[in-house]
Amino acid sequence: MRRFQLWLGIALVALVVAAAVISLFWTPFDPLRVVPEKRLLPPGWPHLLGTDGFGIDILSQLLVGARMCLLVGIISVSLATVVGVPLGMLAGQAGGWVSEVVMRISDVVYAFPALLLAILLAAGFGASTVTAMVAIGVATIPAFARVARAGTLQVMASDFVLAARSSGTNRWGIAGRHVLPNIAPLAGVQASVAFAMAILAEAALSYLGLGTPRPTPTWGTMLRDAQDFFFTAPLQAVWPGLAIALAVLGFNLLGDGLRDHLDPRLREGVQ
Amino acid sequence: MGRYLRRLGIFAVTLLGASILIFAVTAALPGDIAQVLLGTDATPERVEALRREYGLDRPLPLRYLEWLGGVLTGNFGISHLSRQPVLALIGPSLAVTAWLVGLGILGALLIALPAGMVAALKRRHWQGFAVNALAQLGMAIPVFFGGMLIVLVFSGWLGWLPPNGYVPLRTDPVQWARHLVLPVATLAVVQGAVLIRYVRSAFVEVLSEDYYRTARAIGWTPAAALLRHGVRNAAVSLVTVIGLQLSAVLVGAIVVEYVFGLPGLGWLLLNAVGQRDLFVIQGTVMFLVLAVLVINALVDFSYLLIDPRQRAQGEIG
Repeated sequence: MRRFQLWLGIALVALVVAAAVISLFWTPFDPLRVVPEKRLLPPGWPHLLGTDGFGIDILSQLLVGARMCLLVGIISVSLATVVGVPLGMLAGQAGGWVSEVVMRISDVVYAFPALLLAILLAAGFGASTVTAMVAIGVATIPAFARVARAGTLQVMASDFVLAARSSGTNRWGIAGRHVLPNIAPLAGVQASVAFAMAILAEAALSYLGLGTPRPTPTWGTMLRDAQDFFFTAPLQAVWPGLAIALAVLGFNLLGDGLRDHLDPRLREGVQ
Repeated sequence: MGRYLRRLGIFAVTLLGASILIFAVTAALPGDIAQVLLGTDATPERVEALRREYGLDRPLPLRYLEWLGGVLTGNFGISHLSRQPVLALIGPSLAVTAWLVGLGILGALLIALPAGMVAALKRRHWQGFAVNALAQLGMAIPVFFGGMLIVLVFSGWLGWLPPNGYVPLRTDPVQWARHLVLPVATLAVVQGAVLIRYVRSAFVEVLSEDYYRTARAIGWTPAAALLRHGVRNAAVSLVTVIGLQLSAVLVGAIVVEYVFGLPGLGWLLLNAVGQRDLFVIQGTVMFLVLAVLVINALVDFSYLLIDPRQRAQGEIG
């Protein structure tokens, strides 16, 4: 069952990646071209999933939307990892006032949910993909810093670090050779879960009109546009909604699966 | 005692940091607020006059300190569109959001407690897997999409409830309730799905405790033993989770308000962003962050009070 979850997660993530890669080379129709006489077509041929209120092919938009979803996820999660993990390691290894300062700054950012930070940034700098990515990334830093700090504290208390220290390894050596390899799996699990949350946050922002602006299709903006015709053409909203849900499900299952894989104690039935 | 003072200090420092962040971002607005307000065809003299009126010509640190002083004394500034004090705008919106969040959390618990208990007790049976699968699915559905689907079924197809809008409780309690059912249900389902796994793991832990085994040994059924002894013991970890989830619930409420056209804090904030009403944005975000911080601090204090073990740990650490 657990195995199944991990594989389902991998399959769903692979599906999103495949859609994004395909969209780079080919889409059934032009995902930007407005065709007024083809508005709100039901699913059929040649528009497999129908068309939206602008007469744009929905399947083509979904494929391009996968690209945007991955782009925002990769950039924001990378930002959070690259800043958060070293900060957490620093706090964990240095301790004392350094740790205190890092954790207090992390507390401040933690008080801002990603969406609130994004609304604030969108108000200050205008809504764009970049503000969305930065807001989501920055809001996710504290989660990585905390995971990295907790992991570092654990590693620092281990016998092998004591051995390394007494044999004269300096703190950079300990950080690079002992701490980082040991907390990397934890950070990986965190990254997968953060990716799922980034997808949800980006979709919410685009839905609120504070993310990627039209004409670039994202799943969130597709839902936003579909809302106007929701009672007459609900399917139009169902496709992007389903796409978001499947992508989030995929990354969540992947994260859970990785965690179980790495930490056998969390596996069910072991008590 | 030192533990309490330290927690209070952390609260104050975090609040100060948050206020600097909010001010810095809103002060960084490209272009001038005065210019934005008056439009591009305004004369430079008029723009200059308005800048002076709002004090925008003075140095940033001074403006920040003035704003902070105002926030601390309950003066969040004045909306430059409606000319009303920001706090007067926040007041009525707060009531809407508070109902939505409060009832939403209650609904989430009503979903997550029984479901999580089933998931724990039947964790090696199909019922447990089914609950887990549903929870995973619920966590993956964006709150606005969930809201749209609920509206489609209950307003569009069945026509039972209004799809959007709000009526204050004092005006008409029945209409108030009818307008809140769908938004509250949306928030409850999505947050409930998130809570299920925490409830489940809290109860799974109880299942391996001695007191649970004793209760089972003297003849209690699994469900009864869990209800009698499990709920209390799981409560401590649940309070923590609800505290941590609070910011997620608030964010969910902002989106839900937008979907259902509820005039709450989220609605106020998003409208202010649309109209670039700077002081309303500053004030509302500050207010929301303040609420998150106060409740998190209260949660921390609450288990210092509830659990003596934590107090002892606190003195050492």
